[in-house]
Amino acid sequence: MQHPAFEEVTFHPKHEDEKTFKQKVIKTTIILSIITVIELGLGLLMHFLHMPDDFKRLMIKGIVVILSLAKAFYIVAVFMHLGDEIRNMIMTIVVPLMLFIWFIIGFIADGNSYKNLRNKYDKHFKESTNPHKYEQKANTHQIKPGGKN
Amino acid sequence: MSTQTTTDSLKGHKTNWWSGGKSPFNLEYGKVMMWYFLMSDAFTFGAFLISYGSIRFSQNFWPDPNVVFNAFPGAGHADLPLAFVSVMTFILIISSVTMVLAVHAGHNHDKKGVIKWLMWTIVGGLAFLSCQAWEWHHLITGEHVVFANGKLEAIGQTMGGNPWGQLVHDNALLTNALNATPHDALVKIVHSHDHSHSLEELAKMTDTQLRGMVNVTDMHIREKGPIAFGGYFYGITGFHGFHVFSGVVINIIMLLMTQKDVFEKRGHYLMIEKAGLYWHFVDLVWVFVFLCFYLI
Repeated sequence: MQHPAFEEVTFHPKHEDEKTFKQKVIKTTIILSIITVIELGLGLLMHFLHMPDDFKRLMIKGIVVILSLAKAFYIVAVFMHLGDEIRNMIMTIVVPLMLFIWFIIGFIADGNSYKNLRNKYDKHFKESTNPHKYEQKANTHQIKPGGKN
Repeated sequence: MSTQTTTDSLKGHKTNWWSGGKSPFNLEYGKVMMWYFLMSDAFTFGAFLISYGSIRFSQNFWPDPNVVFNAFPGAGHADLPLAFVSVMTFILIISSVTMVLAVHAGHNHDKKGVIKWLMWTIVGGLAFLSCQAWEWHHLITGEHVVFANGKLEAIGQTMGGNPWGQLVHDNALLTNALNATPHDALVKIVHSHDHSHSLEELAKMTDTQLRGMVNVTDMHIREKGPIAFGGYFYGITGFHGFHVFSGVVINIIMLLMTQKDVFEKRGHYLMIEKAGLYWHFVDLVWVFVFLCFYLI
């Protein structure tokens, strides 16, 4: 399949036939759909089990992040055909994206540190945004009448 | 001598890609540039989402997506967390698949196939945009009762505030707040959950009547949520929606060009591939917007 208009493209490593192409598209669509369903399932699981904001919930969120990265991989590698390009091309796209590793860790850590500093030095912030403040109050209300009886 | 020639030819083979006359990346110029544009766009979206993450980590409380996104068109007040956004996600996945098929038809110089699959992609894009329009409209105009400054009020989700704060369990506090709530706010509060009276009818009632129609114990009254939530949500999903919109416009242009035989005369359908890259990128970004706003 040599097109006269772009002679600069000289290398045609593999020629897919109709059948393998169709199989690949169907397979990728099913993988993307199944991953999305699993992600939704995990999201709803956290909601309906009323999971507290603890390590277990964080683990589930971590799994959802990894599943999303898998989805991104399939979209880029198969739908955008980056997986079929030559290695040099793949590297010029993927290597700069490594910046995200620092970018995410650095800024999330910064936000987290700001929260810790405010909780330490800004008592109003700590009390007004504490996620358990009403639960504590509700408990004291329940205990009081019991004590009178 | 013969050894020398072999080394030369080997050297020549090794530096083949960069010796001129061909694309070292084996891609047409426009496609390489589309890839680099998409990479820079990925950093733009990444910066927005990381900024959202940074603010979120700086807060002790953040709204629960299952509480915020639980409405479905035509389902009234039914609690259906994440149902509508899954529909939106599947629309984008399917439109991505139809785009793959359009690009493939272009490879095979199949004009009819390109037109057919591009049309379905455009339909998918428009369907997604319509869903987003409904979602935004519902979030902005769907008012929820909040407890703020010792009073109750009914607000929707805007850049200036949102009703997604912490649940207020303290009923004594809420009853006091109800008694301190002015007439206009009471009318809105009653109207937000009781559609049997019009706003005009409610406005004519006395405060005591209106307060009698409000039951603070089972209304799930919340505080106002973190103010940044609305701005980030509308900013980032809006920026993504704008990408979808421009993708739809690009696809419509591609469709018209295909119909006018522009690519047929040019001898290749590379332009469809570039539009396809952009469209898949829109789907790719949605994976992360969906992750950051709806799932975690």
